Amino acid sequence: MANTYTLISSNTVGSGGTAQVDFNSIPQTYTDLLIKTSTNASSLTIIRIRFNSVSSNDYSQIVLRGTGAAVASFNNAGWDTLSAFSPSYNNDGANIFSNNEYYIPNYTSSNIKSISGDSVTEANATTAYTLLYAGLLNNSSAITSISLLPSTGNFAQYSTFYLYGISNS
Amino acid sequence: MPTKLIINCETGEQTEVELTAEEIAQREADAAKAEADRVAKEAADAAKAEAKAELLDRLGLTAEEAALLVS
Repeated sequence: MANTYTLISSNTVGSGGTAQVDFNSIPQTYTDLLIKTSTNASSLTIIRIRFNSVSSNDYSQIVLRGTGAAVASFNNAGWDTLSAFSPSYNNDGANIFSNNEYYIPNYTSSNIKSISGDSVTEANATTAYTLLYAGLLNNSSAITSISLLPSTGNFAQYSTFYLYGISNS
Repeated sequence: MPTKLIINCETGEQTEVELTAEEIAQREADAAKAEADRVAKEAADAAKAEAKAELLDRLGLTAEEAALLVS
């Protein structure tokens, strides 16, 4: 159970959007990290996540997705990035954001790094996406940077990104 | 030229910089992979839907009746 919950950084994308958001020089003084985003993108896209700029094929993930009419699951291994299936996955429209949360436990440890999360789109439609997500990076380095980038296009203006540090003591 | 937002979590400084040529190339590779994944997924979804329709037809069930069976 978290003892402290500290905002490390908060950011809002300006006009023109941005192709990537990098959290660098992440303090190594917390136990876990939490990323909260509210995002839209300029085109049909998913969020890709990389730790420490690692782009070798050491990422794997499982995704459970519901659309309101069907359920699907995806299992990927040996990828060069995590694909968190998030904003504008269904290209819901310019004003439809998705709310996403990613939890990274023990990010300073010398163990393999894991991430879990959930995502929902704000679309009030027959089809609206909800996703549960679990990923892994087969790398023992402490996480000092996190990159989030859409697979296509840019994060749209007013997309927000918050990084929190969580301590257990 | 696409740009990225860099946040230094120690100092709080935020800067917007242009992507490097390498980052742009990676971005284009990511986009191509995303498109390939989407196409593959659509093909898999379509094949699954077709197989499901054929099975329901063989069983003489509607989709609603099949859903009732497994509920």
